Amino acid sequence: MSIIRQTAADLAAKIHSGELSSVEVTQAHLDRIAEVDSSVHAFLHVNAEGALKAAKAVDDDIAAGKAPASPLAGVPLALKDVFTTKDMPTTCGSKMLEGWRPPYDATLTRKLREAGIVILGKTNMDEFAMGSSTENSAYGPTRNPWDLDRIPGGSGGGSSAALAAFEAPLSIGTDTGGSIRQPGAVTGTVGVKPTYGGVSRYGLVAFSSSLDQGGPCARTVLDAALLHEIIGGHDPLDSTSIDAPVPAVVEAARLGAQGDLTGVRVGVVREFSGDGYAGGVERAFQAAVSQLKALGAEVIEVSCPNFVYALPAYYLIAPSECSSNLARFDAMRYGLRVADDGAHSAEEVMSLTREAGFGAEVKRRIMLGTYALSAGYYDAYYGSAQKVRTLITQDFTKAFEQVDVLVSPTTPTTAFKIGERADDPMAMYLADLCTIPSNLAGNAGMSVPCGLSDEDGLPVGLQIMAPAMADDRMYRVAAAYEAAAGGVIERAPQL
Amino acid sequence: MSTEPPSITRDEVAHLARLARLTVSENELDVFAGQLGDILNAVAKVSEVAGADIPPTSHALPLTNVFREDVVRPGLTQEQALSGAPKSEDGRFAVPRILGEEA
Repeated sequence: MSIIRQTAADLAAKIHSGELSSVEVTQAHLDRIAEVDSSVHAFLHVNAEGALKAAKAVDDDIAAGKAPASPLAGVPLALKDVFTTKDMPTTCGSKMLEGWRPPYDATLTRKLREAGIVILGKTNMDEFAMGSSTENSAYGPTRNPWDLDRIPGGSGGGSSAALAAFEAPLSIGTDTGGSIRQPGAVTGTVGVKPTYGGVSRYGLVAFSSSLDQGGPCARTVLDAALLHEIIGGHDPLDSTSIDAPVPAVVEAARLGAQGDLTGVRVGVVREFSGDGYAGGVERAFQAAVSQLKALGAEVIEVSCPNFVYALPAYYLIAPSECSSNLARFDAMRYGLRVADDGAHSAEEVMSLTREAGFGAEVKRRIMLGTYALSAGYYDAYYGSAQKVRTLITQDFTKAFEQVDVLVSPTTPTTAFKIGERADDPMAMYLADLCTIPSNLAGNAGMSVPCGLSDEDGLPVGLQIMAPAMADDRMYRVAAAYEAAAGGVIERAPQL
Repeated sequence: MSTEPPSITRDEVAHLARLARLTVSENELDVFAGQLGDILNAVAKVSEVAGADIPPTSHALPLTNVFREDVVRPGLTQEQALSGAPKSEDGRFAVPRILGEEA
């Protein structure tokens, strides 16, 4: 099997045993990027020199007889361009930060480096992580390797497409309303949103601080688990980071891969089916549920009546927090500044810069949030949305009294065509219908490939949700399902 | 809350844009008024279940006053802090004039 088609776990084992060098593995992926990225456009920046240097350092350590810095030392990774990196630009897919070189590394970036993981470059995303298609990037859309006319999901479409196009065996995403799980679903890859607070947000450029969560993306459940344990854990630099050990997700993935789910109670969310769900998605999901039963799981239907209010609540809470967070882009201390010609005041420069630097979706959300937070509307909009957040959390609490994990389709449809929803914000927002509840409640959720739609032959995602800090439960179920059903990525078209 | 479907006028969009320090073009005012109206119509649904007896949740984690040890640790140098500045002068951020503006 060629280097680029192997799992991160296999590559790591071969690098650590000396069968392959990290430099060879890194070069193979850089070659692949050079070969296909002009059509996929997963990357905004490729750091070949830095990657090879990091790979060489891992090889030197192994040659010197040192133990690998981590189970994934020497394996390359693609990093979403929303985490700060000292040696690479950090743009967040925005003209506002074009060419910006942060003076510090995010905690997640630092952990990757310390683990000997080789950062290939920064991946494309919807501007400031706002979107479900990566069409909102100021640098042009990323294309889905399954069908180049379709979206790779968003906001982390670059990170999911890089995996599906075999440009990287591992990547990092962030999930505010589904931006890891939905791209995973539509590209046939694995995407995990850890429990809120499970992975540090220090150096993650903020969109909606109470919802944003970084997490691992990979082509297999075990690879995601290995990466999860490296990036997770308490960080004193993030006051919302949970001060507790990382759930034992690698052990859970290995246990699950043995294929026995006897005693595991799985709840199917009743509200996430019917109108708006593609037939091909529903049938693939039902087949996955049958597979879980065959593995010994006890499956029951569970009602979470307030989940239908999650999407409206999200589109009040996230824009409200975004309108506040993005006020920092004021053209004064870093980032873009226009019209500084002596004729304009600071406030005019600020407004003109924000007009020039932000795309339409970012402006829409800033104004929506400004509206929802303004006097006279606050109680009806933002206040009500916060109450819905309570109701959704209560739905989860009740559900998890009955079952160990909840399942649903990750997205109502497979990948749509580029341009299809670009002018209809509400249609675009529906892509995150099933993923948003876990962001509002802060519990864990992931998407694992569950076959191809019988309607269009495109990947479908199975979403598995677990209580906060019980991330290991969903890994166990995902690994068992993956072992039984097999992945889909081998069936992706050759680029 | 009123039972009328929420809508948003061009003037309201212009007001929001001013509050958010966005210079919005004439054409954008029309587009945003329509889109924001559609979105507000869809999200107003939250008031259906938001009863007076339900406490609000602002954050998934019930955290208050997270402290760390009050010890000196290295920070950014002046040069690093200014490295991304659009303009700097004498070790400081240089900004356009802020006085003499209309109130």
